Amino acid sequence: MSGTGRGAIRLDEGGEIDRGRPISFRFDGMPLQGYAGDTIASALLANGLRTVARSFKYHRPRGILGYGVEEPSAILDLRVGEGPAARHDPNARATIEPLLEGMVLKAVHAAGTAARDRLAVLDRFHRFIPSAFYYKTFIWPSWHAYEARIRAMAGLGRIDPDARAGVVPHRFANVDLLVVGSGPAGLAAALAGLAGGRTVMLIEQDARIGGSLRMRAGVIDGRPGAAWAEETVRKLVDGGAAVRTSATAIALYDHNLVAVHERGHAPGGAGDCLWRVRAREIVLAAGAIERPLLFADNDRPGVMLASAALAYLRRKAVRAGGKIVVATASDAAYELAGAMAAAGAEVVVADARKTVTDGARALAGDVTVHAGERIRRALGRSEVAGVELTGGTRIDADLLAVSGGFSPAIHLYAHAKGRPRWDGSLGAFVPGEPVPGLRVAGAAAGRFALADALEDGTRAGRGSGEAAPAPSAGPRAVAAAALQHAAPIAVPEAAARDRVFVDLQNDVITKDIALAARESFKAVEHLKRYTTLGMATDQGKTSNVNGLAVLASITGRSIAETGVTTFRPPYAPVPFAAIIGPALGELDAPVRRLPAENEHRAEQAVFDEYGGILRPAWYGSGPDAIASECRAARTAVTVFDASPLGKVEVVGPDAAALLDFVFYTRMSTLKPGRLRYGLMLSEGGVVFDDGVVLRLAPDRFVVSCSSSHVPAVVGLLEEWRQDRFDIARVFVHDTTGHWATMAIAGPGSRAVVAAIFGESGLDDVNLPHMAMREARFEDGPARISRVSFVGERSYEISVPAGRAVALWRAARKAGAVPLGVEALSILRLEKGFIMVGVDTDGETMPHDIGMGRARDTRTDAYAGDRSLFTAEARKPHRKQLVGIAIEGAARVPVGAHAVVREDGRRRSIGFVTSSAISPTLGSSIALARIEDGERRHGESVTFDHLGRIFTGRIVAPCFYDQKGERLHA
Amino acid sequence: MQSFPCPYCGPRDETEFLYQTDAGRTRPARGVSDADWSRYRFFRRNAKGAAAELWLHAAGCGRYIVIERDTLTHAVIASKGATP
Repeated sequence: MSGTGRGAIRLDEGGEIDRGRPISFRFDGMPLQGYAGDTIASALLANGLRTVARSFKYHRPRGILGYGVEEPSAILDLRVGEGPAARHDPNARATIEPLLEGMVLKAVHAAGTAARDRLAVLDRFHRFIPSAFYYKTFIWPSWHAYEARIRAMAGLGRIDPDARAGVVPHRFANVDLLVVGSGPAGLAAALAGLAGGRTVMLIEQDARIGGSLRMRAGVIDGRPGAAWAEETVRKLVDGGAAVRTSATAIALYDHNLVAVHERGHAPGGAGDCLWRVRAREIVLAAGAIERPLLFADNDRPGVMLASAALAYLRRKAVRAGGKIVVATASDAAYELAGAMAAAGAEVVVADARKTVTDGARALAGDVTVHAGERIRRALGRSEVAGVELTGGTRIDADLLAVSGGFSPAIHLYAHAKGRPRWDGSLGAFVPGEPVPGLRVAGAAAGRFALADALEDGTRAGRGSGEAAPAPSAGPRAVAAAALQHAAPIAVPEAAARDRVFVDLQNDVITKDIALAARESFKAVEHLKRYTTLGMATDQGKTSNVNGLAVLASITGRSIAETGVTTFRPPYAPVPFAAIIGPALGELDAPVRRLPAENEHRAEQAVFDEYGGILRPAWYGSGPDAIASECRAARTAVTVFDASPLGKVEVVGPDAAALLDFVFYTRMSTLKPGRLRYGLMLSEGGVVFDDGVVLRLAPDRFVVSCSSSHVPAVVGLLEEWRQDRFDIARVFVHDTTGHWATMAIAGPGSRAVVAAIFGESGLDDVNLPHMAMREARFEDGPARISRVSFVGERSYEISVPAGRAVALWRAARKAGAVPLGVEALSILRLEKGFIMVGVDTDGETMPHDIGMGRARDTRTDAYAGDRSLFTAEARKPHRKQLVGIAIEGAARVPVGAHAVVREDGRRRSIGFVTSSAISPTLGSSIALARIEDGERRHGESVTFDHLGRIFTGRIVAPCFYDQKGERLHA
Repeated sequence: MQSFPCPYCGPRDETEFLYQTDAGRTRPARGVSDADWSRYRFFRRNAKGAAAELWLHAAGCGRYIVIERDTLTHAVIASKGATP
């Protein structure tokens, strides 16, 4: 089959795989086998597959370039597990996903399979679809004529709407030292931090600790690097350090908060979590990412980063090729050449340098080196079959291992507002000026030698603590011959028909960059957006610096002058499930519930959410349910669960003074045992809330504010308390949740209350309207208040929340009928009782709703006072609250505009705020706010709602019992 | 996310706090002009650099506190209770 490279083999021994635990999986329909310890990528390679993906735009065949998070090509549709543990990832990175039993993998861009893609024909038209071609092409007659078909071809994988991600917990940590990366520098830093007596957290994005020590030769403190790493981790864990693997630092935010995505890798996403780590100090030891080389057809399957080829060989026991060309301009890739030769492969090195260093020779042993030669092009129709060197030599090969130098992983340094600096001698962006609280160590700082990394790490982990050991006490490496890691970036002169890929994931070629420069997108940020270079999910980890080098060479500038685009979080893609965390479904915006919820359910209540509280809307299912509840309140007796009604206690010698200031209506003149309705204003003079205040004692009040405004009212009281009062002389205490409240309303209400509490003290002399008496209910306290929010005689009874059900049942037993929120709203509308935030808005002042008296009479200070006298507050023709008696039987929609014709033009003079068909009156009624409404009583007005016309008469905002006689019925 | 030192609770995440206004503003008396009342209501320093701000530790102790900080670098210089 075309996807098979004969040269790739699994070695018989070595590596981190468990040959005793084979794993079956499928890729593009083919049944394949790997081992526990494989990643998807290493298993695909071991099966001889080279073409595993199709490219984003041209649908060119692509293979595996990298080993980890930098991978631009090998992105697959992944399914594993069944039932609730099933997991679907529409764009999983094959290089970081561990292989699991039963995985079903598919190429994402291919129409068909990666090997046979029906859209591969697109590649032949590449000349006509350069960068930004669609901005220029798909504009006639409109982009939208093309959008659907183009969008169908774009994107990265397809979401399965039936797939469900598990809940990813969020975890929090506070540490003295967070070490990012567990290579030599990171381990040395963690050791030094622990030795200095600090709390340490070490995170590693790979599944195993050790970083480069797992694949590169090196001896530390007399032991092989990998063994030293294992030993060091044990030491760290024993010493109390937190060590997390498969954990990627995705972002660094203000004040050293690091977001860490830890992958559980289990089916269903189990074990994933998102950490927020606040660290006093951070050591960034994230290593460096190798860059590919620029030559024609450098995207062919079979082209792989040299460091990745080494990692697959040493860590996964996969020799990714049999005939290997290693192309480099520095020493690091020679270790691969030597290792591949030792593993039985034919190896040839093409080194851009004229002379090869002794260090390199020592690593590679006896391999052929073409000194002073680069690769001109990769040969092979769809996969690498060989190379052509700049000298013209052609070499057969099935693996082309490329090393174009290293880019230190300085992303977190840049997130911390550090400014990267181009180091010409190193050929890399390295950290510039230090940022407080963060140290960069080892390869991430451009210090590639093992001994340097250890020394860096020890120094960085030591910090400035007094108990810290000297750097000389840290781990030491046997000094090997110094290796040259710096590699100048060679930008080839591409022939007209050659394509040299810079960004493999977004299919950006050197000609696209030249085109952008020709069209004057020469600033890096412009180049990036015009060509999409570096904008794919790999965020240009292998392509950004090469792209800058190409731009620099085209514009005749240096890379330092060209600059670098901004590094933005996240460092690596993060599933939405991890960001959302547990805030899913019901937990996203949890509703508050009534203590008697189950009792209401037993009464066939239909629930709805009102201001974040789940409450009975009505009871039963009949079409007349709401209207009959209304009639019961007017003619018999109802019980309404008013438990969420605010019960905010204001206590202390200055309580009356605080309430006088916060309320527009004076409260200090209220007598103990009595209640008063009042408004609260914002400092802008706008109605903030209304409610009834009960004075329990000279120094103790209870504010009953609107149910959904309780936190806001507590906040308003606290704001003025802390701003203007001696906080030792007045307290605000929200007791809303402590009390359940049942409101008994209707002509039969007194009989119900008497049945529960006995007759004594219930007469209108001892308990008149707007008075309260205390009582006992089931050996506990109770408060009986005569207040009415439906305009009938009514009693509000509050008992401790645990007795909610008992009180409800007692009222039902005595004959009260359940009343839901919908009926209550209609009853209130009949009485013209406003709902703040419904019948008022951000412009409504008290004199707009018929409550201008305090404004006219009060001279003492109160919240919002001065705002009631601005030019705006005093201007004529303000919108005022009125009632509207609508003609006909239809209900006028809320929001309908009252329109008048002036000078031949229609103008809105106000709008409907509440409306209903009144079961009591048998007519359509509404509340509205109309310009000069109070002076227009009796006038007829026309309402327009989206073309529907209604006519009504302006009346006083009270449709029922204007004299208030029903309160005493 | 910034970390703010609450004088009552210790260092806490920024999300526990609600920004209120500039520190040190005084509510004018009723007799003030429309213009001065508007200045009190709506005008803020919006400083680039050193700033003294009033914050509410809403998800903590509920106290109003004054934080001196640099709005450019996000360095926190000092914090204290807004009420004695």
